[in-house]
Amino acid sequence: MLGLTGVCALFSVSALFFILGYLLFNGGTSINWDFFTKLPKPVGETGGGMANAIVGSGKILLLASLLGVPIGFLGGMYLAEFSGKKAAWVVRYAADLLNGVPSIVIGIFAYSLVVLPFKHFSALAGAFALGIMMIPITLRSTEEFLKSVPRVLREGAMALGASKWKTIATVIVPAAYRGIMTAILLALARVAGETAPLLFTAFGNRFESHGWSQPTATLPVMIYTYAVSPYDDWHRQAWAAGLVLLGLVLIINILARTILSRGIAVPRS
Amino acid sequence: MATTTTALKGAGPVTGSRSFFVKLRDGDEIARLVTFLFAATVVLITILLVWELWVNSVLPRHKFGLHFFVTQTWDPIVDEFGALPFIYGTVVTSALSLLIAIPLGIGAAIFLAELAPAPVSDTLQFFIDLLAAVPSVIYGLLGVFIVVPLVRTVIFPALNKPFGFLPIFRGPSYGVGFITAGIVMAIMVIPYIISVSREVLLSVPRDQREAALALGSTRWESTWKVVVPFAKTGIMGSIFLALARALGETMAVTMVIGNTPKIAASLFAPGYSIAAVIANEFTEATGDLYLQALIELGLVLFLLTFILNGLARLLIVVTTQKGSGVAA
Amino acid sequence: MKRIAGLAIGVLALCAIVLADNALLINGAGATFPYPIYSKWFDVYHTKNPNIQFNYQSIGSGGGIKQITEGTVDFGASDGPMNDEQLKAFQDKRGTAILHFPAVLGADVPTYNLSGVNAALNFTPDALAGIFLGKVTKWNDPAIASANKGVNLPAADIVVVHRSDGSGTTYIWTDYLSKVSDEWKTKVGKGTSVNWPVGLGGKGNEGVTGLVKQTPNSIGYVELIYAVQNNIPYGTVKNSSGAFVKADLAGVTAAAAGAAKAMPDDFRVSITDAPGKTAYPISSFTWLLIPQKFQDGAKRDAIKGFLKWMLNEGQDSVEALSYAKLPKEVVEKEKKAINNIQ
Repeated sequence: MLGLTGVCALFSVSALFFILGYLLFNGGTSINWDFFTKLPKPVGETGGGMANAIVGSGKILLLASLLGVPIGFLGGMYLAEFSGKKAAWVVRYAADLLNGVPSIVIGIFAYSLVVLPFKHFSALAGAFALGIMMIPITLRSTEEFLKSVPRVLREGAMALGASKWKTIATVIVPAAYRGIMTAILLALARVAGETAPLLFTAFGNRFESHGWSQPTATLPVMIYTYAVSPYDDWHRQAWAAGLVLLGLVLIINILARTILSRGIAVPRS
Repeated sequence: MATTTTALKGAGPVTGSRSFFVKLRDGDEIARLVTFLFAATVVLITILLVWELWVNSVLPRHKFGLHFFVTQTWDPIVDEFGALPFIYGTVVTSALSLLIAIPLGIGAAIFLAELAPAPVSDTLQFFIDLLAAVPSVIYGLLGVFIVVPLVRTVIFPALNKPFGFLPIFRGPSYGVGFITAGIVMAIMVIPYIISVSREVLLSVPRDQREAALALGSTRWESTWKVVVPFAKTGIMGSIFLALARALGETMAVTMVIGNTPKIAASLFAPGYSIAAVIANEFTEATGDLYLQALIELGLVLFLLTFILNGLARLLIVVTTQKGSGVAA
Repeated sequence: MKRIAGLAIGVLALCAIVLADNALLINGAGATFPYPIYSKWFDVYHTKNPNIQFNYQSIGSGGGIKQITEGTVDFGASDGPMNDEQLKAFQDKRGTAILHFPAVLGADVPTYNLSGVNAALNFTPDALAGIFLGKVTKWNDPAIASANKGVNLPAADIVVVHRSDGSGTTYIWTDYLSKVSDEWKTKVGKGTSVNWPVGLGGKGNEGVTGLVKQTPNSIGYVELIYAVQNNIPYGTVKNSSGAFVKADLAGVTAAAAGAAKAMPDDFRVSITDAPGKTAYPISSFTWLLIPQKFQDGAKRDAIKGFLKWMLNEGQDSVEALSYAKLPKEVVEKEKKAINNIQ
């Protein structure tokens, strides 16, 4: 019986390597310079690449971080340093609620809030949706890491006459810096692969998009579009894009977890 | 934390609104205010989200009321909308995924918590965490090109030939369908079951195991009969968490479920799920009733995941507290 | 210091994003039916006019109608003309009328995946209606076999594939079936999204083609070019004169001949089941949906410029992608109608 549990564990872990291996096998050969630099070709023609989707994803992730990280970070700081018990409970509850919302529902929210009033699909709308998804992870992690800074540091600073905000800014945050960075990276990795909320916010674009108020192509949406199409060339590109996306997500995850393992233990998200 | 109030020349005690602005000169109060505003934004966003879902689904709620949940028709031409096929599809695929994931996940968690030496356990957990990070669309990609043909050419004949008389295994099989979505989702939720169950099992106090072993039980007996039951509620919590994730799963499901709003007994039949229909039809729902019916589906999904997540958290907290509360 | 550096990079990146080169971007969305020719056109037009980018997203005709009515895109595209209710909704919401401009002629073809059968099967209207109603369930049913003597049809179950999204291709198909089958007309009706009695749903013409290609014993309906580009067989359909016609340029052009002479001013017309010995019965125009009044003068001029190009040089590239050119009379009428856009 115990052996069976080992088999279960082996099976689960090998799923990861199977996925990676399969993507490498199918997508590896299609990753070439063209893939990263060319725009998509008209339907049915072979060739072309996903330059606009890669840039688009990067742009949206940057904007999402600008939205989600400050709110999560400063909100977490409020919970750790300033709030009373009741307020803390309310904010934490709201963050947990937000965390559990299915991403498609967040897409609906972003559509009604950003796309409709401005009357067009935009990178901003997509970033809004993804930014909201980054908030809960960042908030909870910031709170936990700030709280876990040893009292001695806090008291030492105050004994030297520093006011509370100075203590936070110059002593506590730098001490918790590593953990918070990790949390931000993990949040980023999580939203990097999200497709559903982008379907009706960032929409899509066959060209590069400029600024943040235009529809934008993104890597996950391109993978989806190409995978369900009948064109073999598009399938080939979908594999390549899948490999790039998975590689990106895994690298961020590995980076985050190894940074952290040299510090405090990773809290469960 | 003391607020230093500078004494103003000739002024009395600082009260009311003046005190607000005086306090604001203090860096701490600014910090408090600023962080409070950001924290309040989180609450605001959450309230706004629920409000938007509620307000933007008013038409179908008034027109169909509770009928919405028991009607099978989804007919945009005559404006007849019923949620039953989607609820059915969501429930069936989630249940199927749990059926596959629970034994595998708990088995693996037991191995990681009880049997594997700590470095092995940590490394394997690391890989499991990475598995949880794989994006949904990648699962969809693999589902379309690997699992769909697998179901059509291997799994269907294997189950249909001997058991085809059972309504759940009846053909025909197109490759896409409930079972395909269930299989793909199972792999997606296994990491959640494993990580939480492993933690919960690890938090069971040593003396429980040792007492069982001292009474002469085998390793397996002490694990299965003592440790696991002790952690039972926490493991239930992990299952609820996995279920909540499965319910909201969109991309992988819509790529392999067949996109057919029909209720069918056979697992091999094509179906639809709440998240999948929203993803497919949202951008083209002409007419307010149609769009709002989709939003109402979103609201239903939100409520389901909300309840499940709440229950899950409760169960997990209860178990881990039980573990730490028992005298060592 | 690291933090300041990071911040600086962030700000620079933002600037780069915002201040980047501003070509005029015009967004459109809609039908998957003409997507191959639209994507070709917009690509060629962009090389000729590098400052103008037409971004077209093929999300289905239903999506095109919805998004142009909401105003989230600058133009829409649909193979099912907007009905009066939708026209009114647009007028109410946007304060101006929506104009239809035929772009090309195309055809819906019944495409299938039957091992061993690469020839073009003959389909009667009854057979097609029966299959999609779920009444004809096996490939060797007499309804199909009687028109295909000599072909070895297997006794396999038919897997029906239809659209899961709001589709003009569906509109054309169901419009045809409603004309040739009373049962279809009463039971299902015509529309961009119908309550299908049987079948799997694929998203877009692309999705249906993909499903048919991967699913043995399946049958679906797609625009001609999708079957051609993906090398899947498609059948002939019996037209109103009794001849079995395979979809091609001649058949589609013949179907449009009658309508060309009697084209209404708003260009909304159905040419399915058209009279004529050589007419292909499931043909259709596909329309670009352009609002009559534009706030943005630059966009209006760009769209008008594109329309003129489309009616002149654009028509030269359609046949290579198996779409038929617009009849001359329609082109002339459209050129005059472009002036209605303000």
